[in-house]
Amino acid sequence: MADQIVMRIERRDGPDAPARWEEFKVPSHPNANVISVLMEIQRNPVTSDGKRTTPPAWDAACLEEVCGSCTMVINGRVRQACSALINRLEQPITLTPMKKFPLIRDLAVDRGKMFEALKRVRGWIPIDGTYDLGPGPRQAPEDQEINYVLSTCMTCGCCLEVCPQVGKDTAFIGAAAISQVRLFNNHPTGKMHADERLRGLMETGGVNDCGKAANCAEACPKGIPLTSSIAEMARATTRQAFKDWFLRDERAAGAGPA
Amino acid sequence: MAERYIVVGGGLAGLMTVIKLAEAGKHVDVFSIVPVKRSHSVCAQGGINGAVNTKGEGDHPDIHTRDTLRSGDFLLEQPPVKGMCYAAPQIIYLLDRMGVPFNRTSEGLLDFRRFGGTLHHRTAFSGASTGQQLLYALDEQVRRYESEGLVRKFEYWEYLSFVKDAEGACRGIVALDLRTMQIEAFPADAVCLATGGPGIVYGRSTNSTINTGTAASRAYIDGAIYTNAEFIQVHPTAIPGEDKHRLMSESARGEGGRIWVPKNKDDKRDPRTIPENERWFFLEEKYPKYRNLVPRDVASREIVYVVRNLGRGVEGQEAVYLDVTHIPAATLDRKLGGIMEIYEKFVGVDPRHTPMKIFPAVHYSMGGLWVDYEADARNDMVPGSPRQQATNIPGLYAAGEVDYGYHGANRLGANSLLSCIYAGMIAGPAMISYAKNVAPKKGDVPKTLLGQGKTYWSDRFDKIYKMDGTENPFVIGREMGELMQKISTVVKFNKDLDEGVGKIREMKERWKRSNVLDTGRTLNQSASYVNQLWNMLELAELILVCGRLRDESRGSHYKPDFALPEPKTKDPTQDPQWMEAWRVRNEKWLKLTMARFSADGPKVTFEPLKSLANPILKPEPRWYA
Ligand SMILES: Cc1cc2nc3c(=O)[nH]c(=O)nc-3n(C[C@H](O)[C@H](O)[C@H](O)COP(=O)(O)OP(=O)(O)OC[C@H]3O[C@@H](n4cnc5c(N)ncnc54)[C@H](O)[C@@H]3O)c2cc1C
Repeated sequence: MADQIVMRIERRDGPDAPARWEEFKVPSHPNANVISVLMEIQRNPVTSDGKRTTPPAWDAACLEEVCGSCTMVINGRVRQACSALINRLEQPITLTPMKKFPLIRDLAVDRGKMFEALKRVRGWIPIDGTYDLGPGPRQAPEDQEINYVLSTCMTCGCCLEVCPQVGKDTAFIGAAAISQVRLFNNHPTGKMHADERLRGLMETGGVNDCGKAANCAEACPKGIPLTSSIAEMARATTRQAFKDWFLRDERAAGAGPA
Repeated sequence: MAERYIVVGGGLAGLMTVIKLAEAGKHVDVFSIVPVKRSHSVCAQGGINGAVNTKGEGDHPDIHTRDTLRSGDFLLEQPPVKGMCYAAPQIIYLLDRMGVPFNRTSEGLLDFRRFGGTLHHRTAFSGASTGQQLLYALDEQVRRYESEGLVRKFEYWEYLSFVKDAEGACRGIVALDLRTMQIEAFPADAVCLATGGPGIVYGRSTNSTINTGTAASRAYIDGAIYTNAEFIQVHPTAIPGEDKHRLMSESARGEGGRIWVPKNKDDKRDPRTIPENERWFFLEEKYPKYRNLVPRDVASREIVYVVRNLGRGVEGQEAVYLDVTHIPAATLDRKLGGIMEIYEKFVGVDPRHTPMKIFPAVHYSMGGLWVDYEADARNDMVPGSPRQQATNIPGLYAAGEVDYGYHGANRLGANSLLSCIYAGMIAGPAMISYAKNVAPKKGDVPKTLLGQGKTYWSDRFDKIYKMDGTENPFVIGREMGELMQKISTVVKFNKDLDEGVGKIREMKERWKRSNVLDTGRTLNQSASYVNQLWNMLELAELILVCGRLRDESRGSHYKPDFALPEPKTKDPTQDPQWMEAWRVRNEKWLKLTMARFSADGPKVTFEPLKSLANPILKPEPRWYA
């Protein structure tokens, strides 16, 4: 183990501030990961050339890869900083913020648009209320297992960051939200409202904007089968388009599927 | 004008409170330092308890109540526990209806597994990331209300304090926009703090980095009573780490995982090659009934004893084996996948084939803000009473890990997700009753009151930005954590606690010589940390002082100098001498530790439990052997 960890961080004091690189050298420590190095820098915010600086800003919370907060680009690859173990990274380690989201400062970005996308696709089961209405619908263990994997999406943004169709100004909703539609539409109650979610995916920026680069599935830290989610939702939206066309009179009369 | 509601915190407790308010058609503002979907509740792994009784074991909410009270060694009010345990099956069904992908049986029913401190299969689970799945379900329901315009989210906002009127009632909050560092005051008729636990006071714990307890600490500084601060749960099984200790859920043992060390202290062999009869399963040996599933305080104490007192840590380290290698890998993936991955990712070893090395770590705070309750003569909780989850500050409520109410001296595994959701379910309606019936008599929140709050905090932050001393606040924070770990976890001694209080006070002096490190006005995490650190130091002092004053051993609070001896009979009730000592101890100490802030240190009193006048269950010896 080298006795020092060298880390280079791309820094900006705010969204419109110029970028600069700062390098830090931190003593090696057992089980080091990118977060423990960033913490060490907070305790001694001095660059390799001996200049005092401000501690870099970054987001973090759970540190066990379930909250998605600490996502950033590490040695060119987007991933969570907590599970980026130093002894598996080439040095100097470079940290940059994700580029497909508005920057807040340094390594922190605003992923609000991902949460907005979940609103657009109506990503919820419309329960009647929190009252005591008895057990939920039965489900086959196989269905639960499929849904469980889809449900581990932590809205971290890796899939958007690597997607060629996603840019700061493009409309594409991205793999995460599309896969969530699949999740809710697979649920016995969620199914009853599949149409509205699919329509959310048929508008501009919907599932048809996918360019099939398939980077998303590879980048997903949770191994969610995003490309099959997209393929399945693409088929479902096509069916939905036909269905809507056939039922256009009923829908216009307000009697069709909600 | 319609009433205004604020919920601070978007973990399970906060979101459930929001849902209850929005479902009643109320407009709610929810504040959270992180997007609510990233709240600490995502960390929960093992599951949520409810006596649904699908395994033919005759489980019942009454047995769940008893297990909870016993596990907490009776140091809590009983009716809320009964309310929670009776609501539990319905809560699990509700979560299921919301779409939580709970594991299923072959018949398509909910599956349940075992957890510590009970002999029943009572824990519903969604792989080994139950908290994540539960939080997402509530997050989705809240998003639905958000899209209907009933909920406004203030994410990346930090609660600084509540706004207090001349009568001492809460009339709103002051909060900091972490992105712009703007400070604002928000009026409200009722406020609920659902800000989670204080693990970061201990530096490294199983908690998220945002669990600083700072909101609760500040509420205490502002006059809210803090109860049972000394009761901090140390979880028996975690992977020690440099940035945090990562939990290996109790569900690993619930699914059959076994704790052991080699029988021969100097055995250096690869654990996989050590035959069964040369392994010492010390928990199974001492606790034949509960085996590896004794309550957490008991298991942590035994592990620490084996490692530190007997020097039996494996491979010369502070660790024992947690072994699941005898369970088929496919079963492990299906039921414990999440934690198998955590171990693999962070340790680099496959736990399906090699025993894990684990050690206890700070995990959960049983103590927290004092909250009231109202029950009828049959000890049933009164629906919609404004006293449910109410702190001593009128208009201020607390729910979730931040309240003290449901776990006594030691929390039962998988009871926290439940208590968070139950507390949220009763806090919402209580806030509505208060806001409708009590708050209107007070009229609109005076503008001057809000202005004063905003000015106070703007001034305080201006001072923080000017702090240019020699002390790095993050260094002080780390030292605080190390001190707390050392003297106030599994085994405590008065001498250490006395010294510790002195050391924390020194750290407070050093805080005054802090350097803010950053004077920017965009996401200035250092400035926010400086403020939080002060609150954490107050909380650390509180935990130590309360621990110092409680001269007994109960649940997670263990002082060898004040522990009852082991009874002479297997069943302690058959040892009259022991029973007498137990009775005397309870007479003196079966009381809540109630702490009020003062500038010279916490003012602590020990106050009797009101529900013991008409208990659901009379206190009985807590014995698991
Ligand atoms: C690793 C781990 C595993 C666990 N597993 C289980 C389990 O299997 N079963 C079980 O029952 N329990 C488990 N627990 C315990 C359980 O997860 C927690 O007790 C519970 O999730 C706490 O929920 P909460 O709603 O009270 O708070 P949290 O989920 O911690 O949420 C707190 C909220 O408050 C916000 N907040 C905090 N401070 C401020 C502030 N100053 N201003 C604004 N917002 C603020 C945060 O942003 C967050 O939204 C586990 C705990 C850990 C650490």
